[in-house]
Amino acid sequence: MEFVTHHPVLVVSLIKIAIALFVVMTALAYLTWFERKVVARIQSRWGPYWVGPHGLLQPLADGIKFLFKEDIVPPAADKISYVLAPFLALALALTTLALIPIGPATISILGQPTQLVISHSNVALILLFAISSIGIYAVVLAGWSSNSKYPLMGGLRSSAQMISYEVSLTLSVVGVLLIAGSFDFYDIVGGQSGHWVHVIPKWHIFPQILGFICYLTAAIAETNRVPFDLPEAETELVAGFHTEYSSFKFAMFFMAEYANMITVSCLATLLFLGGWLSPFPETGAWRWQLYLPAAGLIIAGIGLIVGGLRGVQLSAKLVFPVLGIVCLGVGYLCTLPGVMPVIQGPFWFTAKVFFLLFFYVWARGTLPRFRYDQLMSFGWKFLLPLSLINLVVTSLVVVLRLR
Amino acid sequence: MFPPLQDLYRIAPELVLCAFGMLVMLIDPFVPATRKRSMGWLAFAGTLVALASLRWAALNQGSAYSGLFRVDMFSLFVHAIVIGVSALAILGSFDYLDRENIQRGEYYALILFATAGMGILAGSTELITAFVGLEMSSISTYILVGFRRTVLKSNESSLKYFLLGSFATAFFLYGIALTYGATRSTRFDVVNQAIAAHGAGPLLILGLGLIFVGLGFKVVAAPFQIYTPDVYEGAPTPVTAILACGPKAAAFAVMLRIFYSAFGSASHVWFWAIWVSAILTMCIGNFAALVQTNVKRLLAYSSIAHAGYILVAFAAASEIGVAAVLFYLAAYAAMTLGAFLIVAHVGGTNEQRLNIEDYAGLGTKHPWIAACFALFLFSLLGLPATGGFLGKLYAFQSALDQRIVWLVVIAAVNSVIGAYYYLKVVVAMYFHESNKEWAPMPMRAPMFVVLLLTAIATIYFGVLPNRLMELAIASARSLR
Amino acid sequence: MNIAMLVFIACSVMAIVGALALILAREPVHSALALVLVMISLAILYLLLGAAFIAAIQILVYAGAIMVLFVFVIMLLNAGEEVRTNVSRLAKWVGLPLGIFFLLEMAYSLFREYGGRAALAGGTAAPVPASTRDLSMKLFTEFVLPFELTSILILIAVLGALVLAKRES
Repeated sequence: MEFVTHHPVLVVSLIKIAIALFVVMTALAYLTWFERKVVARIQSRWGPYWVGPHGLLQPLADGIKFLFKEDIVPPAADKISYVLAPFLALALALTTLALIPIGPATISILGQPTQLVISHSNVALILLFAISSIGIYAVVLAGWSSNSKYPLMGGLRSSAQMISYEVSLTLSVVGVLLIAGSFDFYDIVGGQSGHWVHVIPKWHIFPQILGFICYLTAAIAETNRVPFDLPEAETELVAGFHTEYSSFKFAMFFMAEYANMITVSCLATLLFLGGWLSPFPETGAWRWQLYLPAAGLIIAGIGLIVGGLRGVQLSAKLVFPVLGIVCLGVGYLCTLPGVMPVIQGPFWFTAKVFFLLFFYVWARGTLPRFRYDQLMSFGWKFLLPLSLINLVVTSLVVVLRLR
Repeated sequence: MFPPLQDLYRIAPELVLCAFGMLVMLIDPFVPATRKRSMGWLAFAGTLVALASLRWAALNQGSAYSGLFRVDMFSLFVHAIVIGVSALAILGSFDYLDRENIQRGEYYALILFATAGMGILAGSTELITAFVGLEMSSISTYILVGFRRTVLKSNESSLKYFLLGSFATAFFLYGIALTYGATRSTRFDVVNQAIAAHGAGPLLILGLGLIFVGLGFKVVAAPFQIYTPDVYEGAPTPVTAILACGPKAAAFAVMLRIFYSAFGSASHVWFWAIWVSAILTMCIGNFAALVQTNVKRLLAYSSIAHAGYILVAFAAASEIGVAAVLFYLAAYAAMTLGAFLIVAHVGGTNEQRLNIEDYAGLGTKHPWIAACFALFLFSLLGLPATGGFLGKLYAFQSALDQRIVWLVVIAAVNSVIGAYYYLKVVVAMYFHESNKEWAPMPMRAPMFVVLLLTAIATIYFGVLPNRLMELAIASARSLR
Repeated sequence: MNIAMLVFIACSVMAIVGALALILAREPVHSALALVLVMISLAILYLLLGAAFIAAIQILVYAGAIMVLFVFVIMLLNAGEEVRTNVSRLAKWVGLPLGIFFLLEMAYSLFREYGGRAALAGGTAAPVPASTRDLSMKLFTEFVLPFELTSILILIAVLGALVLAKRES
């Protein structure tokens, strides 16, 4: 107890970390479910269906399966690097999330002013890039330490791709930084408040549409997702850099990939989509928007109850109404005056991130894979000049407006 | 607070050199391979404009960019040397590059960038600026040394130069860090004040030592000279000519500034280091040169020996000493540039004629070239009526004035030893029978002009030194 | 003994161990990784000094860009284990004593200059608020000359890569 009173920051941080870890891990698991469901719908299939109602327990089953598989370390592998790589991948992917705020700085929970971020820094964006830039080592090491042909080639490709697209990724963000004049997420999001002609929110996506397109493209490449998932092009490289990995080590790479997707989407939300800001003006006429989170939850709850009762599976008939009631309860909680202001930021933030994640999945279901040389020339000859042009034009405009 | 426009005039030579360097790079892709020589002429024009812009800089003397750079007589003097060297070396490269089939625009652009770096070195009054200047000149020369890509020896020397050079630069940087740690500044004047106020602590001395390692590498002072013969031999000969004159002059300039203006009040600390290094440099250079059979290597060792003589004047730590260093650098640049360019000319395709025996019969077959070469060798040797003689004279004189007798005695003995190997080449040229067929060596106008100018300069500095010496003394005065 | 001190000691040990491993490892990839460890430990030390920007840049540039290229090249060349030669034995017998001498000299000078404890506590006692704004103000006013010269330096390096690596047409 003495320790707690002596180190309040440490204890609060630990609590935040625990909550964030729980939320992110759950989100990771259900992101895979969500992806499989959406891709299945795009391809006119059902997707996971039988493990739990509508396959809702599928992620759990997958996790158990990974845990109980045999953990094989190839005899010719470089042991230290081989074991280090997956840990590095997941640890770094999760660490970056510590820097991402999901709500405004001025919020109090239980009467205490609390920041909705694990670690606030005034150079958060650069720190985030710094941490994620080390992530390349995981891929490189995994490929090299397996001491096998396909992983090596997958690792080489992957690292080359990540190095190439990191340049565009960073450059595309500089435009936003020039407008915001800060590396601090609070300042960046704060600068996006307000509206043009009372309707269009002052989000960076509108002046920086070119930057946003560059960012999104480069981000998909950075996370090695379709259509840039060459490092694991099955037809050429088996499974890329993690071919030799099995069991939980493989699962860690898998989770790292999804965690990176979340990070990248969070970053896009903060930089371009106004972070936790609501798209509607905050005038009296728009007060009803404060009830949107509650309304959304209540509608979802009713939908779950009705849909569940009309479902075919017995489990669905039992589980969905219960979930729906929970939703209704939480939705009611959201209308309480103590909770309502707190929930606004996270609600909009999550909604935007969710939209971006859907975009990711949508792209995967729609686009074919690039060829390697196409990928490289696209990155260097198209995306990089485009982000440079964006940078030059933005800085010109910023300077001219300063005059 | 942005720097005033006047500061731009003060770095006019560097601006001109960089602008022409970029211009060469821009135009180069549009020039057909057979006409790349025009890029050389463009670069040459750049050096001429830079020389002319020195006048502009001279009209705007003073500190620039919040005390990081300074235009004074000293800086102008060194600027004139390095830009002159590059201009002449560009002219002297035309035929060589054609013969070796490496006539490319990048070569000239790199020379211009390297020269800009040397100019920055000469004018910098702050360690970080000096470091960037040093890197600019170093990295350009690393590449130039390896310019004959298909020749294994060139690759080897480039790699050696690069690895050891980076190592030396790291030492220099480490020295900067320690100096900053001890004095809270990298500006020479502030460092000097700090030393005057608190004395030189061990941290500062260590920093100075590391800076000396870094710069000693560039001026080829022993024991950091090991790379010299290999690198000088493998590099394309016109590049060797630049290496032996330009970066050396620039590095000596910044060394003078660091040791005199920044660490001037701690001269008792560095005197013995310079003293030991001077002796080592002279002895290693001269004794190793005795056994050389390759003229390029011989001249490389000779360049080490001459760095030793310059260090003798350096050790004097007086105004006359600085003037002597500057005079020596100018005279040395003229004769060494000429000597190396003759080696480039005589060497022929693929640098086949490099041994001393290969020069047998040059005196009868090509009397004018032989006469020029003999002149340069005599000047390097230190025969009266040449620039080399007076350079040595002033250097030794300035050391004697400060009662550094033993150093001068050793230096004198060394110059006598040096006579042997220079004369060996002269004897081979005039008194030995030729054992190889002499192919005709047509001399084109640019090369002719270069040799003429360097020869005239060598004699002029030797016969009428007053004008140059006055300038050197004025420069030395501006350093304090 | 506060937390900052613990972190300081841990990072220092990590940096030293990393540096030793860099030299002693036989496998080039391990050496490169050890260097990455050194860079990261140094970055954390910068963080302790309150220089978050420098710390981030240190990681971004050295660990995230330069060393990745190193590892990439090592992988591409598939370099095997180092072979010990006579020269490196010379380095062992001459270089090691010289290195130890240099280390002692450094330690002596630092202790003379800052006096035992102060040098150690210096890291945590007075964090310098080095904000990005201050840094850029300095970079673009006082140090604008070397800053701009660096761009020429990079141009030279690019030119060099072009000269040395371009295929003969």
